[in-house]
Amino acid sequence: MSTTQETPYLFDPANWEFGAAGSIPSFIVTHLYYTGLALAIAILIAVPVGLYIGHTGRLAFVAINAGNAGRALPTLGLVSLLVTMFGLGLIPALIALVILAIPPILTSTYAGLRAVDRAAVDAAKGMGMRELGILLRVEIPMALPLIISGLRSAALQVVATATVAAYVGLGGLGRLLVDGLALNQYDRVVAGAVVVAVLAIVIDLVAEGIQRLVVSPGISGRALTRPSKSFPTVSPTQPRAGTASAG
Amino acid sequence: MITFDGVRKVFPDGTVAVDNLDLELPTGKITVFVGPSGCGKTTSLRMINRMIEPTSGRILIDGDDVTSQDDALLRRRIGYVIQHAGLFPHRTIAENIATVPHLNGVNKKKARAVALELMDRVGLDESMADRYPVQLSGGQQQRVGVARALAADPPVMLMDEPFSAVDPIVREVLQAEFLRIQGELGKTIALVTHDIDEAIKIGDMVAVFRQGGHLAQFATPQELLERPANDFVADFVGRDRGFRSLSFDTAAALEVDDLFSVATGGEVLVLDGAGHPHGWTGPGLGSTSNPTPLGGTFVTGDSLRLVTDLAISSPVGIAVRVDETGRADGVLRHDSLVRQLNARRRRRAEAESTS
Ligand SMILES: Nc1ncnc2c1ncn2[C@@H]1O[C@H](COP(=O)(O)OP(=O)(O)OP(=O)(O)O)[C@@H](O)[C@H]1O
Ligand SMILES: [Mg+2]
Repeated sequence: MSTTQETPYLFDPANWEFGAAGSIPSFIVTHLYYTGLALAIAILIAVPVGLYIGHTGRLAFVAINAGNAGRALPTLGLVSLLVTMFGLGLIPALIALVILAIPPILTSTYAGLRAVDRAAVDAAKGMGMRELGILLRVEIPMALPLIISGLRSAALQVVATATVAAYVGLGGLGRLLVDGLALNQYDRVVAGAVVVAVLAIVIDLVAEGIQRLVVSPGISGRALTRPSKSFPTVSPTQPRAGTASAG
Repeated sequence: MITFDGVRKVFPDGTVAVDNLDLELPTGKITVFVGPSGCGKTTSLRMINRMIEPTSGRILIDGDDVTSQDDALLRRRIGYVIQHAGLFPHRTIAENIATVPHLNGVNKKKARAVALELMDRVGLDESMADRYPVQLSGGQQQRVGVARALAADPPVMLMDEPFSAVDPIVREVLQAEFLRIQGELGKTIALVTHDIDEAIKIGDMVAVFRQGGHLAQFATPQELLERPANDFVADFVGRDRGFRSLSFDTAAALEVDDLFSVATGGEVLVLDGAGHPHGWTGPGLGSTSNPTPLGGTFVTGDSLRLVTDLAISSPVGIAVRVDETGRADGVLRHDSLVRQLNARRRRRAEAESTS
């Protein structure tokens, strides 16, 4: 450890060497890898389930309860439990992160679909669209702002919580926290916290950019040069946009 | 032709929305469903394109049972305009209108061309093609709704209160444009409204529904006003139906008096050199150089309703008729008008009792 007393860990150029094992950039890459993998799996599970529940109205209690259950689960406890089942390694950390990410995605996908103007769905059906067409061409595009806000909030929680990977012997930015605490190097802990926070902000900004690209100007409100009195659109607000508090 | 054959609809909760409906909607004409709220108009309309399935009975379009066809394909051949337009907020105006052509596999370029043509037809400027519904006024959205229903050129159109979401002035404009478009296209149209005046104005045939999904009367607007089948219809049609029924006949059969026939009140019609009427002069009226205005004139093609209104509102109780060039060619005193209207009513009643 070449940390000097004078330069805090975060600002020591030696810790920013690209490609070097144990450097901040390599931790970031690993951290993003865990985050991305967990989110991808969560999306693959939660989006189709949310779409099914939202489109059919069946099993709505699943979506509603998932939100509450998700908030109540302590991730660290869950990881410990999973380690006793699967041993140390990627699997327990990944499962915990996926379980963390599913509720916000599932709930907002469901809520997004439910909030779609029934008149538009009725018109779609009345013009001869079939169920799948209605879902893909009417319901999802109209629900996108809410679906994406769920994804954003999931991404923020996962990127903050992916630090638990270090507790099960893996890499990522959690290493800075765990090792810093073990070595009593608090500047290292601070470095870890700061980098995670910055990463969370960057991810959210990127997500916002994507949202701008994929959400139709007709519902995001961007098409609106003047306020319209008469048309009842789905409100283009983003309820429950994720907060960046590291959990 | 759309045929309702003993159609009945009972919702799962036991509500009888439509009861034993037999009805024939003539091809190429506008049939209006009218009646108080909750009497089954929308339910009847939506059974035509199978948005609602009847509990019993059949609905036929040109002899084919609607239930014998794939529902999505059936709907693509039936234009559907819903209340408040029901536009897709995430799609541009042109995309909204091109929905059905798109479903039918028409390519993008051609679908857009169709959309632009229809925008023109319903009186929307082409510059709105790439706007979104939120950027349009209520009346403009309603036009888009109509254009969208027309896009696949369906022979049949269903319209559920298409003009109810806009203010009365815009409604008049939309109704007039709708009648103009229908004059060009001649679709078979079923239109729902709760507004009896709208029904009488735009319907070729009017079906009056009453609570419980019963058909109270099916008739032309004129018949409805002149011979309501029962008290419910008479009540629904309204008090001044006698006056309104005068809209359906022209003034062609009215006998008028000479311009200078003897006037009991001493009033004199002032004409200019070309014979155009300028106003009235006489005791209590304006001078020859500054006569009391007529308040309007009529030609033989105008409705009896207009003539009656002119006679009533005229300062001297006399309606003035003019020829095509605007020259006064006769006067009609209100007592003579009342006599002629009475005779007309007697003739109609006789004609009906002998037929
Ligand atoms: N899905 C449904 N389930 C149960 N009852 C229904 C349903 N849809 C309509 N009804 C009932 O059926 C009756 C007829 O409804 P419908 O919508 O056809 O009326 P309407 O004549 O169009 O009325 P309005 O002028 O208010 O639109 C009403 O009593 C209504 O409450
Ligand atoms: Mg209705």
